[in-house]
Amino acid sequence: MNDGIKINRIDSIFKDYVDNKFDYLKKIMTMSNEEIIKNLTESGLKGRGGAGFPTGSKWKFAAEQSSDEKFVVCNADEGEPGTFKDKEILLKVPHKVLTGMTACSKVTGAKKGYIYLRWEYKFMKNDLQKSVDEFNEELEKMKIDFKIYIVLGAGAYVCGEESALFDSMEGMRGEPRNKPPFPTESGFMGKPTVINNVETFATSTMILSFGGVNYAKLGTDVSHGSKLFSISGDTAIPGIYELELGMTLHDFVEKFGDGDTKAVSVGGVSGALVPRKKFKDTIIGWEGVPTGGAMILFNSTRSIYRILHNYLEFFEEESCGQCTPCRIGCQQLKKGIEAVKKGEEDPSYLDTLASLSKVMNVSAKCGLGQSVMNPVLSAVNNFREELIY
Amino acid sequence: MKKIINLTIDDQKIAVDEGTTILEAARKSGIKIPTLCYHDDLCIAGNCRICVVEQENMRTLPASCATPVAEGMVINTNSTKVRNARKFLVELLLSEHNADCTACVKNKHCELQTLAEQNHIREHTFIDLKDDKNYTIDKLSPAIIIDYSKCIRCQRCVRTCEEIQSISALSAAYKGKDMKITTFFEKPINTVVCSTCGQCVAHCPTGALTEHFYIDEVWDAINDPDKHVVVQTAPSVRVALGEEFGLKPGTIVTGKMVAALRRLGFDEVEDTDFTADLTVIEEGNELLRRLKAKLVDKDESVKLPMVTTCSPAWVKYCEHAFSDQLGHLSTCKSPMSMFGALSKTYYAEKFKIDPAKIVSIAIMPCIAKKFENNRPEMRASGYKDTDYVLTTRELAIMIKQAGIDFNSLKDSSFDSLMGVASGAGLIFGNSGGVMEAALRCAYMIVVGKDIPFEDLSITPLHGSEGEIVEMSVKFTGTKPEWSFLEGVTVNVAHANMLSNAYKIMDEIKNGTSKYHFVEIMSCPGGCIGGAGQPLPTNKAKRTARKEAIYTGEKMIEIRKSQDNPEIINIYDDYLGKPLEEKAHKLLHVPGFTPRKRY
Amino acid sequence: MATNEILIKELADQYGRKRTSLLPVLQGVADKNNFLTEEDLTTIGRELHLSGAQVFGTATFYSFLNVVPRGKYVIRVCKTISCDMKNKDDVVREIENMLKIKTGETTEDKKFTLLYTNCMGWCDKGPSMLINEMPYSDLTPDKVHGIIKQYSDTAD
Repeated sequence: MNDGIKINRIDSIFKDYVDNKFDYLKKIMTMSNEEIIKNLTESGLKGRGGAGFPTGSKWKFAAEQSSDEKFVVCNADEGEPGTFKDKEILLKVPHKVLTGMTACSKVTGAKKGYIYLRWEYKFMKNDLQKSVDEFNEELEKMKIDFKIYIVLGAGAYVCGEESALFDSMEGMRGEPRNKPPFPTESGFMGKPTVINNVETFATSTMILSFGGVNYAKLGTDVSHGSKLFSISGDTAIPGIYELELGMTLHDFVEKFGDGDTKAVSVGGVSGALVPRKKFKDTIIGWEGVPTGGAMILFNSTRSIYRILHNYLEFFEEESCGQCTPCRIGCQQLKKGIEAVKKGEEDPSYLDTLASLSKVMNVSAKCGLGQSVMNPVLSAVNNFREELIY
Repeated sequence: MKKIINLTIDDQKIAVDEGTTILEAARKSGIKIPTLCYHDDLCIAGNCRICVVEQENMRTLPASCATPVAEGMVINTNSTKVRNARKFLVELLLSEHNADCTACVKNKHCELQTLAEQNHIREHTFIDLKDDKNYTIDKLSPAIIIDYSKCIRCQRCVRTCEEIQSISALSAAYKGKDMKITTFFEKPINTVVCSTCGQCVAHCPTGALTEHFYIDEVWDAINDPDKHVVVQTAPSVRVALGEEFGLKPGTIVTGKMVAALRRLGFDEVEDTDFTADLTVIEEGNELLRRLKAKLVDKDESVKLPMVTTCSPAWVKYCEHAFSDQLGHLSTCKSPMSMFGALSKTYYAEKFKIDPAKIVSIAIMPCIAKKFENNRPEMRASGYKDTDYVLTTRELAIMIKQAGIDFNSLKDSSFDSLMGVASGAGLIFGNSGGVMEAALRCAYMIVVGKDIPFEDLSITPLHGSEGEIVEMSVKFTGTKPEWSFLEGVTVNVAHANMLSNAYKIMDEIKNGTSKYHFVEIMSCPGGCIGGAGQPLPTNKAKRTARKEAIYTGEKMIEIRKSQDNPEIINIYDDYLGKPLEEKAHKLLHVPGFTPRKRY
Repeated sequence: MATNEILIKELADQYGRKRTSLLPVLQGVADKNNFLTEEDLTTIGRELHLSGAQVFGTATFYSFLNVVPRGKYVIRVCKTISCDMKNKDDVVREIENMLKIKTGETTEDKKFTLLYTNCMGWCDKGPSMLINEMPYSDLTPDKVHGIIKQYSDTAD
């Protein structure tokens, strides 16, 4: 058994370690492309959105593509229920995100960068635009051929899926594309594109400032560094915390729970709904339960049925609707648990629903439909009685 | 040279070109992976997920239609994991679908039904979702019926309307559980930009999109002793109807078709090919008149190129998309509508039948003809010129209803008066056929000689499906009255599919078109690929029908429309001169109807 | 109602007459009226060379592009898990009582529309809501009463 890393608060993202916010950029621009990639690779940084693709490799793949045009896209469509940290990054330290995007443009040769900002964050668009304008001016002063633009979303969770996000930027319905090809080969407008989320770009900036090897000293052999956690639900201290990766869920709940935690959604509604009996065995990280950072805590007064029903309603509305398993599967799962609860279906129907969620997990076109299984299986396997009675 | 990729599918070692999909590679090796949203005519969607397969060392099941092969890939198309997933996927689709199969026109021809059968679906695993859906049926169009309760959201219709026709009258709308295929603001299809070409119907895997049926109305007419029922059959019906009775695509069944029509009880069986010949004469003369007005009289109000109007979906599309360019359209009615008008005038007079008692039926490869015959312009006879239009498929249904053993029928021939046709009339069934027929006719009028091609077969016009075919004809040795055409090169083009029509019309609109005469057909390959033809549609079938049309022509001695004795007769006896008086009144439309683009 | 044709043409000039401009143009029109009319969508289609169905299909995909009439102020209460746990139902009930409408409806004076929305990223401060683009968090029935009252009191 792994005891995990002790709870350890880090302050790399929201704190500035330079006098002038452009100092990060100035330092990074003195680095060679090879150095940038080397540092990112040594840091072990994986995409902070939850899918966990190594950031250094992603940038390298895009750099290796030959194309007349390439793009850098920052995914600010933070839509996973229980996540709110990217909003805070963009409000407080936007220059770190813009710097990370610029570092990526340097490596890949992209001339244009886009921030796809979810509509729900429109309230901050003007302020963000000011930061972007200021940053673009500095880029021009430094004779860096890269310009950043803001694109506003229009309300669709699935647009957080990278290829759906490109479709949306292209003026279409945000429907995930077939893969391969992957974005580094064919992304926005069919051109090689690096897409990372807000936190990943900000983290990249800090890695390039501290050095990849130093960053990798944090965390475990598999889950390097620290990341932001958005903590909500039954906790006395909700909010955003930067924590070293690799702690156990037990330690996490000790620190953030209200003393009566019965389950935690690790990774929002599309993550696992981990029951109390598994807290000790669950490492928060790639070796255990990976997460985009959403941690929703539930105490014993909460009905798992109500929670799962809420999740499934979210999924059936936010599925793009194009693929069979996700569009119809989500509806069936919601109807199914309702029917079992009402006694219209036999409790054994829950096993059919579990099987359905497994089929969705392997056959849905994108991560949205594939991940619906996580809370469903957790609930059916660990809280069966609550779903029946 | 493409790189060769080696992979294994179901233990078979396979080598294919790089870029091949798993589905294509499997098909090449005789392994059949079931599909649903996939269609050979359309781009890959990968949304139904029916074609998923298992790939070694991969957690998820990739969709074989959308996944390119990779070196060393090991694929299993029939593992337990795959079979379970596929079965669940079909069951999910069924839970949203109105599976009242016996009351569905697609019964036994439905791709979802076939999948249910293949996957041994014997019970309803999932909860019925239909009650939540507020499904409706849109029956307001005379051509197309949409039964939303049967839609499985595969988007084949959406891709058809966008890729083949460049119209996009249909789109996916909303998202999640509410996602549906619909029109602009969910309006009835007859009120939006739909051309009524019906290719969506031809590409729909279920009974969600069908033609508007008129079988019962036709039976009623046949069974009404007071009615005299005249039927005409379009050129391309005879090379496709056999498919409905198990014959190979491209089998010519003209004689059996005529015999069947007689057995069904039609009073008179005539041929649309005859009025195709008539169209050639009228259109050829209209072209020459326009050329003269433009070249000699310098009349700027006359529009060139002149564009054919045999294809009703094309005409409607043009009225929507190029409503300011309608002057380019030939005023000639289509062969069907010429026939309709003549059936209640010329025919009625000759056989002394009260036109009020004549019911004129057309068997067409086409769905848009059901819109055309309902146009207010098509009442030149004082009656509705063509009362009902049936598709090739509807005719097959009637033959089956009547218990006729089609394949054992003895050949019969068309009745006379409007039943004889030249080869030029027959080739109307193929894209480029109208152009070829018109050139044969016009060349003879202008030069007094046959156009110099072996057998009069203008092979440069026999292009392949979906391409814009261009040709130039130079007139030399013109007759005195056509001397203004001496040495003039006439540029012609023909194209099928409205996506190509758009390209041609865009040039015309911009003033950059070099053409004098253009033929447009809405459907892939022309009428042989019409939306009323036997299903499923695919390129191999369409090619076989196309070849059959050209083969059929070779069996007809008369090759030019003006040599058809019944054509000579009708002008001498009844119409007078082309484009004049009676011909003008009965065979041409007074104008076109500009329609909303959006 | 006054036509938005001029606005749409200006937006098309600004963003370009191409498919990638569709969302910004739709948003530009929606910013003005909170919803898009049939006429808006046909005009946008014409300017961007898209079919009506394509514009309609794209607009209806997105939760914040509405093709049914909405009030001047669209209130969207988050119904996703963290806000749900913090008694968003009480907040909704208070708004419904105040405005005398049910969720999904618009007040007779066309001033307010009340809707639900999915997670809007204020989970640590639930319940939360948007009024047009402005977020409000840590809501209680009392607090929301005051907020709605402020909007009610503003002149049209």
